[in-house]
Amino acid sequence: MNERTPLLEVTDLHKHFPVREGWLIERKVSDVKAVDGVTFALAEGETLGLVGESGSGKSTTGYCVLQLLKPTSGSVKFEGTELTTLGREEMRKMRREMQIVFQDPYSSLDPRMTVGDIVGEPLIVHGIGTRRDRGVRIRELLDVVGFNPSFTNRYPHEFSGGQRQRIGIARALALAPKLIVCDEPVSALDVSIQAQILNLLKDLQRDLALTYLFIAHDLAVVRSMSDRIAVMNKGQLVEIGPAEQVYTNPQDDYTKALLSAVPIPDPRAMKERKAARRKLRHALAEGV
Amino acid sequence: MALLEVNDLRTHFFTREGVVRAVDGISFSVDKGKTLGIVGESGCGKSVTALSIIGLIPKPPAKIVSGEVIFEGQDLTTLAEHKLEDVRGREIAMIFQDPMTSLNPTLTIGTQITETIRRHYDVPQKQANKKAVELLEEVQIPRAAERLGDYPHRFSGGMRQRVMIAIALSCDPKLLIADEPTTALDVTVQASVLDLLDDLRAEHDMAVIIITHDMGVVAEVADDILVMYAGQVVEQASTLDLFDRPEHPYTEALLGALPQIEGDGIREGRLTAIPGRPPDLIAPPPACRFAPRCPYAGGDSCTEQMPELREVRAGHWVRSAHPTCERAGDRAPEGARA
Repeated sequence: MNERTPLLEVTDLHKHFPVREGWLIERKVSDVKAVDGVTFALAEGETLGLVGESGSGKSTTGYCVLQLLKPTSGSVKFEGTELTTLGREEMRKMRREMQIVFQDPYSSLDPRMTVGDIVGEPLIVHGIGTRRDRGVRIRELLDVVGFNPSFTNRYPHEFSGGQRQRIGIARALALAPKLIVCDEPVSALDVSIQAQILNLLKDLQRDLALTYLFIAHDLAVVRSMSDRIAVMNKGQLVEIGPAEQVYTNPQDDYTKALLSAVPIPDPRAMKERKAARRKLRHALAEGV
Repeated sequence: MALLEVNDLRTHFFTREGVVRAVDGISFSVDKGKTLGIVGESGCGKSVTALSIIGLIPKPPAKIVSGEVIFEGQDLTTLAEHKLEDVRGREIAMIFQDPMTSLNPTLTIGTQITETIRRHYDVPQKQANKKAVELLEEVQIPRAAERLGDYPHRFSGGMRQRVMIAIALSCDPKLLIADEPTTALDVTVQASVLDLLDDLRAEHDMAVIIITHDMGVVAEVADDILVMYAGQVVEQASTLDLFDRPEHPYTEALLGALPQIEGDGIREGRLTAIPGRPPDLIAPPPACRFAPRCPYAGGDSCTEQMPELREVRAGHWVRSAHPTCERAGDRAPEGARA
């Protein structure tokens, strides 16, 4: 997988947010280094899981990849094209190839738009097809994500979280992108619904040859979706490698601590894990 | 005698759209020093159960329409509000999911801890302050004495949840109800808060009811588990027996739907999704509430008659016409679970 030309290449990515202080006259006092030198590559058809705790910079990394946030420095190459120096119009064209699925299906869909309009909007923005063609395409997309196409004239509030996330996925698929950044796509959903959406994402990847940058805080969810996994802490990648290897033989102390903290649905194994993680926590506390 | 005994509790919400049967006939008991886990998905009634126990449901629209909550021989549902206030906070304490919103941002944490102590005990402020420092030390907040004068925004999420636990423990309660206490926290912080809760339970010989959607969390902390679905208990057993031999098709499906962290073929495999979604509690299915999503239902009693909660083996209760132990061949019909 590594021998192919990568679809996405991120090199030494930095994103700093200024911290301002002062009343009336604000001045910059320091920077928060949300992303602090991140490098990775993504091959076509692959899923890279990006896992970390809140504030680790994983979502910011995702936004910088799509240029939804402008990186402070570093390079993002998509199929060899450098994105950070592209103009507005050129970038807009590139976005056909790269889409995003957001965490919260409650706030990421415009409540005043119908399901059909939400899914069809990217087609209008990019001037694709006639009105009639778009109608056909919208129904097709909804069908692909397992959403009843006869509900195109309904509004998002009429649907549950899982159904809304299907709408969000259909919208992301509208332009037939190659890369989808999934930013915590199931963390707002119940377990039984979460499984439906994860299965859907796997099926779509297989059928449409999609490449995913899969961002999540849930280590088990990331494991089930990813070929390779990158662990992020304080803006940096502390470990990256094949999923199996990172989880069974973690090299970095932070990865170890993170994995040992995950509660697993097995009471017997949990007893040992609890003892192990207490030990690890003490060791880390003394090491500092 | 059990410390807390809930018998056939029914809490309904009377709304314009109709009567929502949020909690619909729940019974369980908790013993001193034990941890009971109540697990279920959103809307199953687990939080309303907790709020009903300590009389914090919003009335109206909600009302406890029947059942008893016996705490130390006293039925809390019939207690007058001012008497209940003496129990709440002192005998039974509760911590909530969101440590960001459950502390008052305009009061120092010292004030918030001591107000509980002084509500229940007639002690001077100075002594209450001293107790507050001890409590903060007990929940492992560094430099406790200095931090008494700090406002909640100076604390991180995990630290705020520790402050909430300190407040809950301030009157040495006999029962602690924790409603999704770690859901808003990062996984490493969750681990330390769960360890802390477990240590405190042992030291204070408290009973704990922990409410969560996370099967991993109950596997970790609970002695016994109650699985709720659509306002009812569908399965009840000791933690080991529940995970070793789940009986209810819903519990089984829920465990199958969880992504695993270790094992083979995780990336290639599919999760066992449960088709459909939980029922509308204004008009739930007339018989078994899980029947419309159940791979084993159809053509028999469970679509006509509500199954009773019955004991399939010692201490293991299940509300289903098709528990695992009674299923021929032990397998779902082909394709039914996809």
